Amino acid sequence: MRLTREAGVNPADPFPDLFADAPCGYAVLSAPDGTLTHVNAEFERLVGRPVSDLLGTATLASLLTVGGRILLETHLLPMLEHDRAIREVALDVLRPDGSRIPVLLNANTSSDDPTLRVVLFEARERHRYEHDLLAAKRAAELAREAATALAQTLQRTLIPPAPPRIPHLDVAAAYRPAGDGSVVGGDFYDVFQVGPDAWWIVLGDVSGKGVSAAAVTSFVRYTTRALALDHPDPSELLQHLDRALHAHGTDHYCTAVVTTLTRQDDTWSVRLALAGHPPALLRDAAGRVRELGVPGTPVGLVDAARFTTVTHLLRDETITLYTDGVTEARGHDGLYGETRLQSLLEQCSHRPHAITDRITDEVLRYQHGVASDDIAVVTFAARPA
Amino acid sequence: MGHVELLNATVDGPPEAPAIVFVHGFGCGQHMWRHVAPAFESDHRVVLLDLPGSGDAHPSTYDSARHARLEGYRDDLVALLHELDLGPVALVGHSVSAMIAVLVQIAHPELVDRLVLVTPSARYLDDPPYVGGFTASDIDDLLELMSRNHLGWQDPLATLVAGDPTSAAHDELEQAFCRTRPEIAAEFAAVTFRGDNRADLPKVSAPTVVLQAADDSVAPPSAATFVRDAIPGAGLEVIDTRGHCPQLTAPAETIAAIRRSLGAPHP
Repeated sequence: MRLTREAGVNPADPFPDLFADAPCGYAVLSAPDGTLTHVNAEFERLVGRPVSDLLGTATLASLLTVGGRILLETHLLPMLEHDRAIREVALDVLRPDGSRIPVLLNANTSSDDPTLRVVLFEARERHRYEHDLLAAKRAAELAREAATALAQTLQRTLIPPAPPRIPHLDVAAAYRPAGDGSVVGGDFYDVFQVGPDAWWIVLGDVSGKGVSAAAVTSFVRYTTRALALDHPDPSELLQHLDRALHAHGTDHYCTAVVTTLTRQDDTWSVRLALAGHPPALLRDAAGRVRELGVPGTPVGLVDAARFTTVTHLLRDETITLYTDGVTEARGHDGLYGETRLQSLLEQCSHRPHAITDRITDEVLRYQHGVASDDIAVVTFAARPA
Repeated sequence: MGHVELLNATVDGPPEAPAIVFVHGFGCGQHMWRHVAPAFESDHRVVLLDLPGSGDAHPSTYDSARHARLEGYRDDLVALLHELDLGPVALVGHSVSAMIAVLVQIAHPELVDRLVLVTPSARYLDDPPYVGGFTASDIDDLLELMSRNHLGWQDPLATLVAGDPTSAAHDELEQAFCRTRPEIAAEFAAVTFRGDNRADLPKVSAPTVVLQAADDSVAPPSAATFVRDAIPGAGLEVIDTRGHCPQLTAPAETIAAIRRSLGAPHP
């Protein structure tokens, strides 16, 4: 029956309208056949059917869309049977005119009385919000995928896929992005030729991350290439690069190690200057490691920039350039540090590829496989004729 | 880890007794059989399991690519039966697992000597003159509805019954019943409702009984009779209950019907 105020009048019951006039759709279903035995006015209104069409014949499933019916049969009723209650389930009521009313459904039953009590709340606004939320979530996922693809594409343009093959010189370079590679870092390296027997090897780190850092990294890279043609001395090149970066107007600055290699009498003359960057590591064939380079100021950071070129005649040593992603890698024992790096280098076999690979592998292992910052490493050595 | 552990499988009942394996359908897990399976433990070895991605099956068992076809589930079930080595079993499959059971029997007739298909459908989508009961847009509607409910699907429903969200009981419930990772549930729904196994049915070579609910809004009578007619010699029994899960709504009748079907003569 449909409970009305009149039908429910009872002196012992101070709230005779509790069911009939409840501000939510309320229905009672008989067990075990699941047909409606009581509905209130709001339920009638929500489902858009008169009480005469509902009682004793309609089931909950028959009032829902097909998707809701399947969800009810395969999930909700088994859960109700098991847990005795379900709450906040989003469903659509299907009215006889074909329109859909989004509702939230709560229902309960008890072990001694299998009668099912169901309440429905109209949820048009919430549904709109959910819809927007799902659309926003999908859009955000797509945007994140696009941004990651963009970052990785951009990063590839800053890092040569493999250093060029240079007669009489072995060069091994490696780059590992921070985290999952979804953010562009500022690390870069470049290896390029300026004369028949003259090459530059540059490795640097632009401060900050993201697209603006990547734009500055790109600027630093092509400016270095352009300057290298007219300024054969590394410290002189850094002076010009410093001025160019100041003139650029960016807040990003750059640390770098820049090296020229000139072929001389069956070996290479190396000239090297540092700009706020860790010194290069020189390893001899006996495994002894020492630093190469005189500290300088970062490029584009201070007014009185200062750079010094050092010269070294490369014989059977290897020279390793690296960014601070190596020494500032964080593990259980704190930062990886220069001491660990030097002793690792001492234990390496005396070949550029072995050294570069060993350093990147060890530093990644130290951080359990996830780099907290970009890692760039370049090692080179004269190749015996 | 073996398949017994991976699929959270259990075997109860007297050694040497004939074996009966209950496989749950889309939604929930082996608990769907809790009112029915114990009734067979006196004279059968009763096997219960959770399908990959459902119930308490190990998360590593589910593979989106492999389980995009029912054959993926079939292969898991075959591996489990090989590992259990119970001899030929009676295989009871509910809903989509009725078709998984059919595929197991066809691929390995030596493992299955009897099929009981509870509320089966070989194809849920209409394909005139075949009546499956659903259109493609109905299934889209289901997937959309599931994604809406996944906004808060995992947690609030469990909190309701278990109280304190940090309690052990809560963890147990959240894992236990009808809760599947949203992306897996959506994929399982898609493979269930978009599949078509009608061509497989004539290849079944074991005695088969179809148990149909009198008023089932998921698998209509036309689906059950199609399965009965397509499987050589299959029988059909109607259980007088409403809904898609007679093992929950009419456990005693379901037990009796399964018992009768176990004794059914070979066609």
